[in-house]
Amino acid sequence: MTTVSMTVNGKSVSGDVEGRTLLSAFLREGQGLTGTHVGCDTSQCGSCVVHVNGAAVKSCTLFALEADGAEVTTIEGMANADGSLGTIQQAFQDYHGLQCGFCTPGMVMSAAALLKDNPKPTEAEVRHYLEGNICRCTGYHNIVKAIMAASGQDVVAVAAE
Amino acid sequence: MPKDSGIGASSKRREDVRFLTGRGKYTDDINLRGQAYVHFLRSDVAHGRINGIDTGEAAAMPGVVRIFTGADFEGVGGLPCGWQVTDRHGNPMQEPAHPILAQGKVRHVGDPIAAVVADSYAQARDAAEAIVLDIEELPAVIDMKAAVEGGPKVHDDLESNLCYDWGFVEENKDAVNAAFEAAAHVTTLELKNQRLVANPMEPRVAVGDYAPGTGDSTLYTTSQNPHVIRLLMGAFVLGIPEHKLRVVAPDVGGGFGSKIFHYAEEAFCTFAAKAIERPVKWTSSRSEAFMSDAHGRDHVTKIELALDADGMFQAIRTETFANMGAYLSTFAPSVPTWLHGTLMAGNYKTPLIYVNVKAVFTNTVPVDAYRGAGRPEATFQLERVIDKAAREMGIDPVELRRKNFITEFPYATPVAVEYDTGDYNATLDKALEVADVSGFEARRAASAAKGKWRGLGLNCYIEACGIAPSALVGQLGARAGLYESATVRVNATGGLVVMTGSHSHGQGHETAFPQVIAEMIGIDESMIEIVHGDTANSPMGMGTYGSRSLAVGGSAMVRATEKIINKAKKIAAHLLEASDADIELKDGQFSVAGTDKSVAWGDVTLAAYVPHNYPLEDLEPGLEETAFYDPSNFTYPAGTYICEVEVDPDTGKVSIERFTAADDFGNVVNPMIVEGQVHGGLAQGIGQALLESCVYDANGQILSASYMDYAMPRADDVPYYSVDHSCQTPCTHNPLGVKGCGEAGAIGSPPAVVNAVVDALQRNGKDVTHIDMPLSPARVWAAMNG
Ligand code: FES
Ligand code: FES
Repeated sequence: MTTVSMTVNGKSVSGDVEGRTLLSAFLREGQGLTGTHVGCDTSQCGSCVVHVNGAAVKSCTLFALEADGAEVTTIEGMANADGSLGTIQQAFQDYHGLQCGFCTPGMVMSAAALLKDNPKPTEAEVRHYLEGNICRCTGYHNIVKAIMAASGQDVVAVAAE
Repeated sequence: MPKDSGIGASSKRREDVRFLTGRGKYTDDINLRGQAYVHFLRSDVAHGRINGIDTGEAAAMPGVVRIFTGADFEGVGGLPCGWQVTDRHGNPMQEPAHPILAQGKVRHVGDPIAAVVADSYAQARDAAEAIVLDIEELPAVIDMKAAVEGGPKVHDDLESNLCYDWGFVEENKDAVNAAFEAAAHVTTLELKNQRLVANPMEPRVAVGDYAPGTGDSTLYTTSQNPHVIRLLMGAFVLGIPEHKLRVVAPDVGGGFGSKIFHYAEEAFCTFAAKAIERPVKWTSSRSEAFMSDAHGRDHVTKIELALDADGMFQAIRTETFANMGAYLSTFAPSVPTWLHGTLMAGNYKTPLIYVNVKAVFTNTVPVDAYRGAGRPEATFQLERVIDKAAREMGIDPVELRRKNFITEFPYATPVAVEYDTGDYNATLDKALEVADVSGFEARRAASAAKGKWRGLGLNCYIEACGIAPSALVGQLGARAGLYESATVRVNATGGLVVMTGSHSHGQGHETAFPQVIAEMIGIDESMIEIVHGDTANSPMGMGTYGSRSLAVGGSAMVRATEKIINKAKKIAAHLLEASDADIELKDGQFSVAGTDKSVAWGDVTLAAYVPHNYPLEDLEPGLEETAFYDPSNFTYPAGTYICEVEVDPDTGKVSIERFTAADDFGNVVNPMIVEGQVHGGLAQGIGQALLESCVYDANGQILSASYMDYAMPRADDVPYYSVDHSCQTPCTHNPLGVKGCGEAGAIGSPPAVVNAVVDALQRNGKDVTHIDMPLSPARVWAAMNG
């Protein structure tokens, strides 16, 4: 066991982990931050995406020890300071971008990373960017629409399709 | 003007807030004090005899609490099958035992052999590696035809690998054959409906708990129907009466059928928690899910369609081999029979139909219902053979369908069901309009200018859902009733809690159900809360599958609310000193007809619980009612789907350019949610058509057991869809006039995609009449160049 320390959603945390403990497990089991989900064991599904030092990372592909000293943001850290939904979260609700909610934390974290680098993506760019996030419920239509809307683009035409 | 609340409003989903902030409560988020973890050691061969399991070294490893094998389950029941099919000769299907942990033999890759319970997952996994297995590998049988033609037997104690040979309707067989003799034209098609894996994004999880003080067991599980699990596991496997067993299915991350069934891991965790007097938790890995979740589809079919010279359908004859896998999963026998044979009439007035299904055991993972279950298989063969017939006879595929449409309702099909209502021309016309079919030629020319081949395919589907009339399914072999329940509890201050057996795992019940009750009473949706997923706090209910929640569960809720309103009117009559026949309820206000006397909903509910001024001699205090609703028929959503594809002639790659769905779901409570359900179904159907396939090699190894090899649809595999549900013929036999929308997308889309690809190839001079799904670039290219 080794002690690992990091900042998670603005709070300093630490815990004892084995070398093989994944960041996803450290967050879920060590910190009780169960919003980060684990949907696969081959780094494909993206349910586990968090931000590590500002970059979107699949937390199942990182050992907890590799995040020692890092700034980590999870879905639990994405709401506004007053507790209301952040812009992307709100767009997901407004445009029905989630059904069972299991892929949703990863989708929101990926969308946030996309919009940081590319504030006005095209539909094709959004779809391409989400290649590492699988959703089995929504058929992606409303996820793409929500992300387009969160970037301030008009999606009325999509509704009329 | 769209409504902003009640029935017909696109109310935003209240459950989204917890999901969007990471505060959902899924089964894997549950951790009980002192819990141990189980890892299952699973077979890595498809068929083998277990000569020995040496757990000695493993049991001594750090953290190991106990190791279980099949021997620990002697005398414990096996997993039961919930449906018994009777074969063509009147005999019951062959039904093998399905042990919790393998006994004597392993029969598919993934069959659990031993279960290591330890203080941590890592310790359980490490110890499992130290178990020494002596398994003699036996020849496996994977191909269905080989299985029934004398291949190795999956179960030594059964006569053969044939589970049943079913004929439907057997009495019609000779008449069907005669119609084929007399037909002007016969179109024949052989096709596969490939094996799929449901793949909800949340893997299955089970947590068993036991209270030694009271002898109560609790199972937390990823289930679409916790009451069904309680009944099956309690009564048939572990012998725990229902009052000593609680099953909780909290937030569930998608199901699509795969979380209907009772699985060995659920029974194991419940059993082991009692044995070691500690909670026992199992979380499936995705790799494990591929070899332990029930798979879907896997039919091989020959269909023949007999037509007269004008193109009128005379008869349909089919022969299907349906893979059951190594054991019978909970509802497996019903899928290729009653959920498939009954749909072979489609939207058409074919007078004579004969369906033969041979269900076969093989050394593969059990196969059961996956979104649509039987109905996608029926629709696919029918709509593919109709397209082929249209080309052979030189009739426009739209017109061939149209001239054979059923137009008068109710319509009794020759395959045992009666369609109550529908308007197939309306959805066809709507789809042609929304898809802008008249603009297709221009789009095709534009594609051609880029060197791409464009094609258009359509599909008209019908499905039977709102499952199901209990008396009917009982005659058909169901071993359970398929009603639904709801208890409506009104609180003193006027808020309502609805406890329902329907389970929401993405469908948005917490939002849509209150819309119905709010409309009935005339109060705000926020005053109504839906409670589900816990056998301890809702009446016995059958759960969510077969697009039944609103049609059956919603109907139970309506009936219970009607009882509430009736009683509340009596209380109001007392308060208003009027006759209850004169009381009207509108906008949450009870009034005496023709007067200005009224009393508010909240005053009546308060009087029910503080009965100071109350008709106690006539009425009990309190305001809580339960209703069980058993539908009198299935519901029959129907519609037309149109797909436009571009095929790259150099690579065979198919891209979906446009996809239109025009559905008749009857009345719609929340259009936003309904559209979302269709979107999701479309992606799964497009996934089946183009991408997904669960592939076994000849030895029974699964070659597509992770997301590296099983091609899940991703965001850039699908377009924005155009969905329309404005054609509405309300269901005639349930109080809401609703039909169900959960499965349509997955049922209606695969034939539309394949028809479009075949169309693109034929327009470009390729004599291709069929390509088996998934239409990978390699397969399309081979068909083009074959
Ligand atoms: S759990 Fe990390 S990518 Fe699937
Ligand atoms: S909302 Fe269920 S997987 Fe995306």
